[in-house]
Parts: sequence; structure tokens; C-alpha cells
Amino acid sequence: MVIKFQKNDKPVIITGAKDMPPMGAALGSMLQNKTGSWRNVRPIIDYDKCIKCFICWKVCPEPAIKIVDELPVIDYDYCKGCLMCAEECPKDAIDFEKEGK
Amino acid sequence: MKKTMMGNYAASWGAQLARVQVIAAYPITPQTLIVEKLSDIVADGDLDAKFIKVESEHSAMAACIGASATGARAYTATSAQGLALMHEMLHWAGLARLPIVMTNVNRAMAPGWSIWADQNDSLSQRDTGWMQIYASSAQEILDSTLIAYKVSEKVLLPTLISFDAFFLSHTMEVVDMPDIELVDKYLPPYKPDYKMDVNDPRSFGALTDEQYYYEFRYKMQEAMDEAVDIIKEAGKEYEKITGRLYDLIHPYRCEDADMILVTSGTIADTTNVAVDELRAEGKKVGNLRIRVIRPYPKKEILEVVKGVKKLAVIDRNISPGYSGIFSQELKSALYNEVDIPVRSYIAGLGGRDVKIEDIKDMANDALKNDAPNDLIWKGVKL
Ligand code: SF4
Ligand code: SF4
Repeated sequence: MVIKFQKNDKPVIITGAKDMPPMGAALGSMLQNKTGSWRNVRPIIDYDKCIKCFICWKVCPEPAIKIVDELPVIDYDYCKGCLMCAEECPKDAIDFEKEGK
Repeated sequence: MKKTMMGNYAASWGAQLARVQVIAAYPITPQTLIVEKLSDIVADGDLDAKFIKVESEHSAMAACIGASATGARAYTATSAQGLALMHEMLHWAGLARLPIVMTNVNRAMAPGWSIWADQNDSLSQRDTGWMQIYASSAQEILDSTLIAYKVSEKVLLPTLISFDAFFLSHTMEVVDMPDIELVDKYLPPYKPDYKMDVNDPRSFGALTDEQYYYEFRYKMQEAMDEAVDIIKEAGKEYEKITGRLYDLIHPYRCEDADMILVTSGTIADTTNVAVDELRAEGKKVGNLRIRVIRPYPKKEILEVVKGVKKLAVIDRNISPGYSGIFSQELKSALYNEVDIPVRSYIAGLGGRDVKIEDIKDMANDALKNDAPNDLIWKGVKL
């Protein structure tokens, strides 16, 4: 039995081993895994400093930085607050604040 | 086509005939010749594969995992310390259910520094979710490589093919190389249902909580159970193209035996000769070679040994603090099923030769003594 685990918003319902692919590797794409709830710091992009190099987009380990109207935009449903984007930004354009402030 | 070659080269040509697409390897005696030959084969254009030179065995297995995840047929070879260095990645390959095939030339673990035959290296990897084959001839090394890919790609479990250092790796034997057209029919290209593909992105190795991890273990066990029959079928299908049959166990003169010796690797072939000599002396002895230890062919073994009065296991390995590993496995298979006394011998560690006379000594000792014994050191110098 081949089950297609989809990257869209319709995940297959798993009730047991019989519904599962052989390996965890195939359970689905990271779009199904909303890692935003892990975040305890929130990165914020200062668009006055941003030079649109998209290094942040490249290094972000989650599908959390999207390119909208030729600007990097953070999707907080997925941003887990690892701050790799802030670390790698060549213009120090990404600052952060504590979550829950 | 028949050729004379070392056991190591039988592994290289096996990989070539299997049309492996990625080879990632790090040299280690006594395995080095396998991948050295393969790098020649690739450089000569006789195999369309990517040969990746890596900085360690851990990286070799990591590269094979990456290659296999994208759907490529991946191969590597190693020995002893190299296999031990891969340990973490072996679990990874197993649980990621990647059909990688690896050759391991059984070499003693150091220290004392040894490059000679001993099964402790591969048996230390018994619980990593790899199927494990122990070959006893150069022909079987080549044939097993082809059969292993067929089985691995069907059940989605990797296979480790092991054989004794020097007794096989560096010994010349006649090997029949099947025609590539026949092999291609037997082993079509690998087409996985799930692979790393930019056009169909999936997460690989992502967080798996307790709601799912347990079921993945269950599924791995299911695959191992299924593999028993699939190994048999793949063996029979291979027999059709080559005339050579491989099974999980190879009994020799066991039908009417009073006592059966249980062996593996090259010791098993020597034991066949010892059995013939013992039979000529009127002793009803047989030899059961365990070719596949994972999945463990419990039912098949019980079928062969059930009527026998006594069993004697010869282990070229030891689990320190208990006993030989093939012996432990055999006894756990017998428990709750049949009551047969088992005498367990340790022999040939670190490549010490186990001659026909040594095997006859052990057999005669077992014939004379009815008491079970977990651990008898054959020929230890005290
Ligand atoms: S790395 Fe910094 S400068 Fe580059 S696009 Fe991202 S925010 Fe802008
Ligand atoms: S902190 Fe930056 S790099 Fe990390 S997940 Fe959020 S957007 Fe991506």
C-alpha cells in the first residue's frame, strides 16, 4: 500500500502502523509541522537596513521566511526563534525581542 | 564466464554487476582491495557510478544514506574498526529503511591490533536493523551481493554481507560471473516509493514523537519477518539464472544425523569436509551452516534440528561475559520448542586457523559428552 503524504493542508489520518509509510522520513513535508509554537524569541526585520540579499531566506531551517513583493517576510506560524537569520544577516537588519512581551 | 579471483574482488564485481550508482568508501585492511578495484572499474568506464572518497567510515555510511535516500543504489565496504565507527549511521540506515548493501570483511576488533578473521565486528552490529549474511565462498560473495539488493529493495532494509578475512578475502577461487543481461533482468533499477526529491519535498529524519516511533519499530520487525520468505524467493529466482541456490540456512548431511554441528563463515565449509570424514568413521554427524542471522531463521532451523540428539555450535566470536553469539541465538530458538542439549565451542578468534582435525576434535568431544556446556575454549593456551 502506497500512501501519499501530502505537502498541502490535507494530511492523511494515521490510526496505526498500517497507515504509515515504512520510515519516518516520509511522514510529510515540514509544511505540516507548525514549529512556531516552539519560539521564545521573535526575530523582526528592519526593512530600512535590509538589502534584499535573502541570506536569511537561505539559512532559515524552517519554511519561515517567504519572499513577498521582493522582501523577506517572516511567517510566525513556522518561525521557531532559532535566530540563524539574525546571526547571518550581513547588515544586522534582524533584531529580536522576547516572546510574550 | 568463469574467472579466478580473490574473495574481495568477487565483492567488487558483484557491486559492478548490480550496477551500483554511488560508492562511498574509506580504506581499511583487509577490505581495501574491494573498493580499490571498484574505483578502477569506475575509472575505466565499466560502471556508471559516482565514487565518493570520504574522510572516515562514518562519512562513508552517511554518504550512502544520502545517496540511497535520493533513490540511488548505494554500496560500501569496510572491516572491524571501520564498521564500529559507522555504528551510529547503521542505526540511521536501518530506521530510515534504506536498501544499502555493504560488504564487511570480518576482522578482529583491536586491541591487540589484528587484521585477521573474527566475527565480533559484524555481530556487534546485530541490532541495528540490517539483514546479515555470512558467506563461505568467493562465489557466494558475488551472488549474495546481487540477491541482497533484490531483497533489500523489496523489504526496504539494508544488508550487511560478511566473510572471513584472508581465508576468503585474499584467497583465490574460481568464480562464475553471470551474464549482465541475466543480472539486469533479475535486478531491475531501484524505484523507491519515497525519496528525497525537490519536486516532491518531504522532511527526512524529522522529529517523531512517541505517537509514531513505536509503530516504526513495529514496521521494521514486520519487514524483517517478511524478509525470511523474500530471501527464499530471491534465492530460488537466482537459482533459475545461475543454477546456484542460496537459502537462509544450508544443512549438510543433516537428514539422518544424531548430532548436528552448527557453523558459519569459512569454518562451515571446513566442517563439511570434517563431516564426511566423521561419516566415514561411522559417526552420524551433520553440519548446519547459518547463512543469514538477521532475520533469524528460527522456524527453518527447528525444522532441521528437531529430531537430533545433540547440537554442537562453533563460534568465531564471543560476547564477553556470556558466550558465543551463534550459540546464544540457537539456544533461544530451541527454548520452549525442543529440548536438545547444546555444547558451545569458541574457536578461531583473531584468525587462528580452524583445521579439519580441530573440528573433528570438537565433534568427538560433543559426541562423547552428553552434558550441555555454554562455553568450551577450543585450543586455548593456558
Ligand atoms: S539577510 Fe538581512 S539584509 Fe539579507 S535579506 Fe535577510 S534581512 Fe535583508
Ligand atoms: S528565527 Fe529566523 S532563521 Fe530561525 S526559524 Fe525564525 S525566521 Fe527562520
